[in-house]
Amino acid sequence: MTPPDPLMDAVAAALFLLLVTGAAFLFGGYIHRVFSGGVSSGLPGAIERAVYRFIGTSTDEETGWRGYTRDLLIFNGIGFIALFALLLLQGILPLNPGGAGAFDLLAALNAAVSFVTNTNWQVYSGEVSASYLSQMAGFTVQNFLSAATGISVAVAVMRGLTRRSTDRIGNFWVDMTRSVLYILLPVALAAALLLASQGVIQNLDAYVTAGPQTIAMGPVASQEAIKLLGTNGGGFFAANSAHPYENPTPVTNLIEAFLILLVPAALPFVFGRMAGAMRQGWAIYAVMLVIYVAALGGLYAAELAGNPLVGELGVSGISMEGKEVRFGLMGTALFTASTTATSCGAVDAMHDSLTPLGGMVPLFLILLGEVVFGGAGSGFYTITGFLVVAVFIAGLMIGRTPEFLGKKVEAAEMRMAVVTVLVPGVLVLLFSGIALALPGAMGNPGPHGLSEVVYAFASMSNNNGSAFAGLDATEPFYLLAGALAMAVGRFAPAVAMLALAGSMAEKKAVPPGPGTLPTASPAFVAWTVIIILLVGGLTFFPLLAMGPVAEYLMMAGGM
Amino acid sequence: MARKRYPGIAAFEPELIRSALVGAVQRLDPRRLAGNPVMLLVEIGGIITTLIALAGFVTPTAGGVFFPGMVSVWLWLTVLFANFAASLSEGRGKARAASLRESRAAVPARRLREEAFDAPAVEVPSSDLRPGDLVLVRAVEVVPGDGEVVKGAALVNEAAITGESAPVVREAGGDRSAVTGGTTVIANEIIVRITAEPGQTFLDRMIAMVEGAQRRKTPNEVALDILILALTGVFLLAVANIYPASAYSAAASGTGAPVGPVVLVALFVCLAPTTIAALLPAIGIAGMDRLFQRNVVALSGRAIEAAGDVNILLLDKTGTITLGNREATGFVPVEGQSRADLMEAALLSSAADETPEGRSIVALIREKTGTDVTCPPGATFIPFSAVTRVSGAECRGTTYLKGAADAVVKAVRERGGTVPPDLAAKVTGIASAGGTPLVVARGSTILGVIYLKDILKTGIRERFMDLRRIGIRTVMITGDNPLTAAAIAAEAGVDDYLAEAKPDDKLRLIREYQEEGYMVAMTGDGTNDAPALAQADVAVAMNSGTQPAREAANIIDLDSDPTKLLDIIEVGKEILTTRGALTTFSIANDVAKYFAIIPAALVGVYPRLAVLNIMALATPGSAILSAVIFNALVIPLLIPLALTGVRFRPMPASQLFVYNLIIFGLGGVVVPFIGIKMIDLAIAGMGW
Repeated sequence: MTPPDPLMDAVAAALFLLLVTGAAFLFGGYIHRVFSGGVSSGLPGAIERAVYRFIGTSTDEETGWRGYTRDLLIFNGIGFIALFALLLLQGILPLNPGGAGAFDLLAALNAAVSFVTNTNWQVYSGEVSASYLSQMAGFTVQNFLSAATGISVAVAVMRGLTRRSTDRIGNFWVDMTRSVLYILLPVALAAALLLASQGVIQNLDAYVTAGPQTIAMGPVASQEAIKLLGTNGGGFFAANSAHPYENPTPVTNLIEAFLILLVPAALPFVFGRMAGAMRQGWAIYAVMLVIYVAALGGLYAAELAGNPLVGELGVSGISMEGKEVRFGLMGTALFTASTTATSCGAVDAMHDSLTPLGGMVPLFLILLGEVVFGGAGSGFYTITGFLVVAVFIAGLMIGRTPEFLGKKVEAAEMRMAVVTVLVPGVLVLLFSGIALALPGAMGNPGPHGLSEVVYAFASMSNNNGSAFAGLDATEPFYLLAGALAMAVGRFAPAVAMLALAGSMAEKKAVPPGPGTLPTASPAFVAWTVIIILLVGGLTFFPLLAMGPVAEYLMMAGGM
Repeated sequence: MARKRYPGIAAFEPELIRSALVGAVQRLDPRRLAGNPVMLLVEIGGIITTLIALAGFVTPTAGGVFFPGMVSVWLWLTVLFANFAASLSEGRGKARAASLRESRAAVPARRLREEAFDAPAVEVPSSDLRPGDLVLVRAVEVVPGDGEVVKGAALVNEAAITGESAPVVREAGGDRSAVTGGTTVIANEIIVRITAEPGQTFLDRMIAMVEGAQRRKTPNEVALDILILALTGVFLLAVANIYPASAYSAAASGTGAPVGPVVLVALFVCLAPTTIAALLPAIGIAGMDRLFQRNVVALSGRAIEAAGDVNILLLDKTGTITLGNREATGFVPVEGQSRADLMEAALLSSAADETPEGRSIVALIREKTGTDVTCPPGATFIPFSAVTRVSGAECRGTTYLKGAADAVVKAVRERGGTVPPDLAAKVTGIASAGGTPLVVARGSTILGVIYLKDILKTGIRERFMDLRRIGIRTVMITGDNPLTAAAIAAEAGVDDYLAEAKPDDKLRLIREYQEEGYMVAMTGDGTNDAPALAQADVAVAMNSGTQPAREAANIIDLDSDPTKLLDIIEVGKEILTTRGALTTFSIANDVAKYFAIIPAALVGVYPRLAVLNIMALATPGSAILSAVIFNALVIPLLIPLALTGVRFRPMPASQLFVYNLIIFGLGGVVVPFIGIKMIDLAIAGMGW
């Protein structure tokens, strides 16, 4: 292959991000209209109203944060039970040309939690273990619903922050219906058609046998689109988006990276419109973009430098182990940064095979709490938690009770913001500590094995779903601890932010003046970036030192 | 003026230092540290490392005694420094409270059956008095409790409360009827109706506040506590996580050993936000103390913090924005009359007028003409009366009058005179320039108008500009007509004004602003201010004010200077700024501490991690010790800042934020790198 040209790659990446930014801005406007009921007409409107009649609700029936949380937990609970049952029963259900048997009990538990929580951590190989029915009625349905759940919570949080003197933050069922009907379904449909046109397969055929090989088939394009759009990340095939039937060309690779970023990048603009302060939307977007660009650059540079030990063996060129030659270095870096910056977790390369520092970038992006764009919805509400902490400290520094959008940040909000910001980190520290004390399941010894464990729990606690593949995550401990980490990592921040939204909604807002801290200024953007990096850095400095940093230093030293 | 102010108690007076040192040791009791969990954890860490050091004596191990011993010493010092800061700030309050308490000793009270000086009296201890009781207080007696003068008038020495030795008049009715328990009647006798329950008097509340006994955590402190505790929890877990991670790494690399407990404890203490946790209690108490030095007593910590948040200031024009009295500044004759005639008439009408306005007219004429005309003998003074609303003099058979335009016009018309056609325009001209026109007449002839002007307090305009810069709107409340009010408002630089204000207008205005979410501060002294004071978020009552006003307020200004509100706002902001700045500094410090301790702790396992030792610290032991010592020393070094507060700067929030972020954020990152390196050099120099 031709060696990468950093300048051309930088231009390409800049164009890509420009495209993402423009699309996110416009899409944000559309999403805002969706949730103000501005698109509820025609046939979709009729369907929407039919859904409400069926559920027995209406757009006027809003609830407080407690009611919203209750509905969310009930709905996700039912989703979990349905998927869990489906995985256990798939062997005797139709649409199973591959002849997949029932999931093991713990694996079913882990997989069901994983898909309900938008993590899509996969302890199974899709093509081997899952029937078409499980893929379509189970995983793909949850891909939609878990993403819609995230978007709904985000929108409810936006309402809480921008409304005044009310205890209502929205109707969960209405938000879910609108998320699926007007946002996820149409875009996923269009994306699936686009991907299929580029060579992603879409069929219900039996697996093809060619000589000694069995080539798995399936309804891939439909799942591929929502897997990315909903920042789910669970691949149809074990190889995920590195598989040629999921991601055949450099063009599909860019389309897929674009789809990953679309919803999370659009949500700050939705917020900006809802708050009537587009600058605030841009400021949040800027926080995300700054960290993203830094991570992308770091990842690219680390991979470009490659592994000197391989070079000494007489192999020329950059490190391509675990990467798909058809995507090239920037294609891989873009996809990898996007999938770990968001909580997507789809992969088009084996993160386990990245250089030590290159691998640290996706790991650190996940450890930051999935706020650099983050998951569909969850990225927005989690970064809001960081904003509240940043506002609090900054507000004190200017000598006022801290305010966000004119509302006072007090003890109740602080408690919830702290839960949102710190719970994922606590889970990672807790479970990786236990895992490291247990006899190893790591595929590699030394610092890389430690990175694998930390990556696994980082990925699960933050609902990313990608993995350093070397780890054997099918051990009962990983299945159970992982399920717990995914569930707590998903719902603790979501519920905490709903509670925060509830208490913010009840407050009055004072119009900003020269005495109020501007939360949309470049200085505040920089401060928020610092807070995010500081919280992540201070929490994980020791683990990163013993993992990727130690590995890098050993590699650089020729060991 | 002979004035005793309270700042007599300096921050670092030897006696205070001594008792704070004793207090620091007493506070090592874990039960007393429970209120500060971070320092409690440091103490537990200190106990652990001390036990390890002691075990080293009994069974010599590879770790030795020296390193755990030194870490232990500095961990104990960390706790002691924190305790010292808390003791010192409380000690200053306690010393003040002790002097106040002397005034509170039970005194005999003469309880009356009815409201008459000769009514039968029963002698009871002051502690038995209940609200509603009537007591007689004679000269050289101590007022037994808070109350209101219902009969009589007396000179009262309030030095016990205000530090002001000049006695003040307290009399029944009006705005000067409040008396405070513990003050002394110097002359005359009064009957006082008691208004406070025993133990709830003003003096009691003041003592409780300055002592810190009743100090509850303010909402901002609670929120900050949550953040500090949560960070501490995460750091505890991050440090605990190092043990299995380093054990795994040591096993995998085949060299080194898991990071030991002494290093883990040291790392935890360094990472935990000990700086802010140690100084947090002192910051709030010190803030109240600074207010007290300015003779302001906050009746709750919440009120001071609210002062920092105020968006709107309601200010009475008279006494706050302007000096109480108007001064004559010019003479405007009407068409056909000479200025000299006008001035002569003005002089004669005012010669015997002892009101400040009258005297200012005489003074102005003397200054302008050098004449010293006094009213010839036999002249009679016509004092101002509410009916005629004019004053003047009868002199050599002629009546000289001055007064409000309509009143003088009426008097002249009654004498058969006419009104000059240009008078109305001249009167309006003065009024719309913010002045008060006084029309002067000789007999039945109107000669012209005296220009009386409100005199702004010096520096008030600059203070309002500062306030505007930090986003606080000022609203002037005045009984003047809108024209005059607008002119004074423009001159003083207030943002808005309420003219022809009635007492309940203040209450309505406060409610309106609060409805929009604003925080409102006001000052007041009269009984009719009480409802508005009770409604305002920050309500400052003048100590000279009535009892209802003082009851309704949450801050009392002992000097009765309404401008003090601005000082209170500054102190409120300083308290919050100090907390935020030290929190930022504390967290920013962690970066350098990680770079000191992590390579030192892990270099045995991964020798190549030595490249992270970017400060080039001498040995792993000295690196860890340096970080611990820096962490401990920074507390006493910052005590002065915690006590004096980060100075208030009148800047817009956006500038102030960047300014403080650079000093405390960037400084917080850089300073420990330098500090730890210097301590390490010292340690290495000593050959440890």
